[in-house]
Amino acid sequence: MKKNTRVIAMVGAGLTAVSLLAGCGGSKVDDTTSASATSATTDAATETETETEAAAGGETTVEGPTEAATTSDGTTCVDTSGDTIKIGFVNSLSGTMAISEQTVNDSLHLAAEEINAAGGVLGKQLEIVEEDGASDPVIFAEKAAKLIDSDCVAAVFGGWTSASRKAMLPVFEEKNSLLFYPVQYEGLESSANIFYTGATTNQQILPGMEYLKNELGVTKLYLIGSDYVFPQTANKEIKAYSEANGIEIVGEEYAPLGHTDFSTIVSKLKASDAQAVFNTLNGDSNVAFFKEYKNAGLTAEDMPVISVSIAEEEVGGIGIDNIVGQLTAWNYYQTIDTPDNQTFVAAFKAKYGEDRVTSDPMEAAYVSLYLWKLMAEKAGSFAVADIQAAADGVTFAAPEGSVTVVGSNHHITKTAYIGKVREDGLIEAVWTSDGPIDPDPYLEGYDWAAGLAEGVQ
Amino acid sequence: MNRPQGLMGQLKRSGWLVGLAVAVVAVFLAPQLLDAFRLGLVAKYLCIAMVAVGIGLAWGQGGMLVLGQGLYFGLGGYMMAMHMKLDDAGPGGVPDFMNLYGNNVVPGWWEPFRSAGFTLVAIVLLPALFAGLLGYAVFTRRVRGAYFAILSQALVAAFATWVESQQKTTGGFNGMTNFKGWFGFALNDPVNKRMLYYIAAFVLIAMVLIVRWLMRSRFGELLLAVRDQENRVRFLGYDPAWSKVIAYVVAAVFAAIGGALFVPIVGMINPKNVGVTPSILFLAGVVLGGRTTLLGPVLGTIAVRWAETGLSEAYPSLWQYFQGALFVLVIAFLAQGAASIGPGAKALWRRLRGSPGAAPPGATPPGGVPKAAETAPAEGAAS
Repeated sequence: MKKNTRVIAMVGAGLTAVSLLAGCGGSKVDDTTSASATSATTDAATETETETEAAAGGETTVEGPTEAATTSDGTTCVDTSGDTIKIGFVNSLSGTMAISEQTVNDSLHLAAEEINAAGGVLGKQLEIVEEDGASDPVIFAEKAAKLIDSDCVAAVFGGWTSASRKAMLPVFEEKNSLLFYPVQYEGLESSANIFYTGATTNQQILPGMEYLKNELGVTKLYLIGSDYVFPQTANKEIKAYSEANGIEIVGEEYAPLGHTDFSTIVSKLKASDAQAVFNTLNGDSNVAFFKEYKNAGLTAEDMPVISVSIAEEEVGGIGIDNIVGQLTAWNYYQTIDTPDNQTFVAAFKAKYGEDRVTSDPMEAAYVSLYLWKLMAEKAGSFAVADIQAAADGVTFAAPEGSVTVVGSNHHITKTAYIGKVREDGLIEAVWTSDGPIDPDPYLEGYDWAAGLAEGVQ
Repeated sequence: MNRPQGLMGQLKRSGWLVGLAVAVVAVFLAPQLLDAFRLGLVAKYLCIAMVAVGIGLAWGQGGMLVLGQGLYFGLGGYMMAMHMKLDDAGPGGVPDFMNLYGNNVVPGWWEPFRSAGFTLVAIVLLPALFAGLLGYAVFTRRVRGAYFAILSQALVAAFATWVESQQKTTGGFNGMTNFKGWFGFALNDPVNKRMLYYIAAFVLIAMVLIVRWLMRSRFGELLLAVRDQENRVRFLGYDPAWSKVIAYVVAAVFAAIGGALFVPIVGMINPKNVGVTPSILFLAGVVLGGRTTLLGPVLGTIAVRWAETGLSEAYPSLWQYFQGALFVLVIAFLAQGAASIGPGAKALWRRLRGSPGAAPPGATPPGGVPKAAETAPAEGAAS
C-alpha cells in the first residue's frame, strides 16, 4: 500500500516538474557581456516572463506586434526602443549535426561577447535568444519562425546543412527577416533574406580544381562523395570544368550518408589510373574512407585526396596518421598568419580552452555577426530593408583576410586557400588565390558552366 | 465500449458524447488562446496524433508492435508534396528542385499527381493496398512480436534510404520545401493556416470515432481476443490474420493521412521525417498516453510534443535529458501510460479504504484485461 502511494507521488511529482520546466523557462536569454549584465539581465528577466505567459501558458492572447510580424506589409515586431537588441542563434545542439554546429555556436557567442564589450551595435547591447535546431530541418524552420514572430529578433544566425537552409528560406522570405548562413555550400541560390558568409562553389571547389590542374598537373581524376545534394552539385560542376580543361573523370562514386564500408570503393579507386581524388564525403564516412585508403597502401604522394568537408575539427576524428599530407580546399585555416587571425584564435582559445581549434565554418559564423553589425551601422537602422540596402560593399578585416559583401547576390568575397594537413593536425595553406574571389553562385562568369544553372534562378 | 478502459472508460456509456463535445469546444477554443505560430505547432502535433491513433489500434488493441509507421506517414506526405510541387509549378511546369538537382524533366510516375483527385485517392488507397498486401503476407504466415517489429522497421529504413537516394525525383536529403499553395489556397495566408488546423482537428476526431466504433464492433472483440490469446481464437474457428490485417491497414491509412496533412501544415517533407527515428518517436506519445486506451495515444502525443517544444525552447542544450527522464519515469512507473493514472488512483483509493485484493494501480484498469494483455504487446520496445 505504501509503495503504491509512493509510486503515484513520484510520478506525479516527476510529471509536474517536467511540465513546470517546460512552461516556466520561456526562452533561454543569454546575456553575453558581464559589463552590461545588470541592466540587460533585468530586461531579459521581464522579457522571459511576458513570453512565458504568452507562449507556454496559453492563456494570454498574443496580439499586436506578433500578429504584425506575420503580415506581408513588411512591418516587424523588433523592439529597437530599449538599450538592447535581440538576435537569434539557431544551431543543432542535439542530434547528429550537434558536434559540428556546436563549434559554430561557440564562435557566434565569441563574436557577440566581443561586440558587446566594444559597445554593442548602434549603441545597443546584443541579447541572444538561442534555439536548438536538433539536426532536423522541420525544427529549424519552426525555431526560425519562433525567433522571428515570438522573440522578435532583428536577425538570425545559424544553419549548417543545405536541408536546414532550404527549410528556413521560405520562413525568412515570408516573414521578411534576415538569416546569416555560415557554411560553404553548393551554390545555385540567392535570397534577399539570406546572407551567405561561407563559400559558394567558385570560391572553394573551383580553386581546388585549378590547383589540381595547374600545380599538380592532374589529368585523370576520381570523384568520391556522399549521396546528397552538395556532392552531386559539386561534382556536376567539377565534371563540366574537367571537360573544358582536358581532365578525364575516371570514376565517380557516391556512398549513402553515414556509410562506413569503403573497401569496394577504395579497391576500385586503387585499380583506376587516377592521379588524384576529389573528396566530397561528409561526416563519419571520411573516417572510414581515409582508414581504408591508408590500409590499401595509397599515399598522399602517389594519389593525393583533396577534401572540401574536412577542417581542423575533423582531422582529429579521422586520425592525423590517416590523413597527414592530404589536401583541403577552404577559405580559412587556423594557421593563417595575419594579426587579425591571431587575435581571433587567441580570443577563441581564451574563451573555450587551449585545446580547441578554429575552422572555416566557425570563422564564417564569427564574420557573419560582424558583417551584420557593420551593415546595421552603415544603415543606421536594424530594419531589414535598410540592412539589405546598405549591405553592398560592407567590408570587414576578417581572420581569413578582407571580405566584402556583394549586394547583388548576398554572398561575400573570399580568399581561397588550398591547405595541407600537418603532422600536428592543423592545416597549412600551400596555395592562396590572388586576393578575394568574387562570389558567383550561379557560375555565370564561366563559359564551361553554361547550362548548369539553367532554370534555377 | 464493451470493455471500458482509461479516460473514456471512466465515463458512462453515453459519456462519449460529452467527450466529443469537450473535444469540439477545445478545437474551437485553441485559436482564441494561441497565436498563429503556436496554433501551427498544435496542428503539427495533431498530424502526429493521427499516426498515434493508428498505432493505438494496431499495437494497443491488436498487439502488433508497429515500429515503421514512418513508411505510411512518408507515403502520404510525399504524395501530397508531389501534388503541391506540381501544382505550384503550374500546368506542364517542372518543380523547382528538379531544375536544381535533376535534368528539368518531370518523371512519368509523377505525372498522375498533377490531378488533385488522383492524389487524394492515392493517399488513402496506395498505403492501404501496400499495408493490406504486406499484412496479409505477414500475418497469414503468423509472423508476430519482435519479428514483426523488426520487419516494419526494416521497411521504413529501406524507404527512407530510397527517398534520400532519389535526389532528382524526391529532393533527396533536402526533401521538398517552399510550397506556395494547397489545392488553390495560398499557404502564407493566416486564414488558410487556421483552416488547415481545423481540418487536422476534425480529421483526428473522426479517426478517434472510427477507432471507437471499430472497437465496439464484433471486429473489435475479435481483435482484442487475438491480441490476448491468438491460438485460442484460432481453435475457436476464426482466422486471426484478417482482423490483424484490417487493424494494420487502418493504422497505415491514418498515418498516411497524417503525413499528407503534415506537409501543408509544416511546409516541408524530408527523409528525416519518415525514417527510423521518427517512427520510434511516433510510439512515444502512445506509450506515455496509454496504448490500450482510446484517447491515451492522442493526448499522450500532444503532451509529449508540447513538452518537447517547450523544453527545447527553455533549455536548448539540455532538453533531451528531460525528455529522456520523462520516458524513463513513465515506463518505469506507469507501464500502461498516463491514462492509467485515473484507474490507478481509483484502485489505490479502494485499497486505502481497506478492500483487500484490489488490483494494483497501473496493472489492470477496471474491467480491463488481465496481466497477460499487458505483457504480450510489451515484449518489443516498451520493456
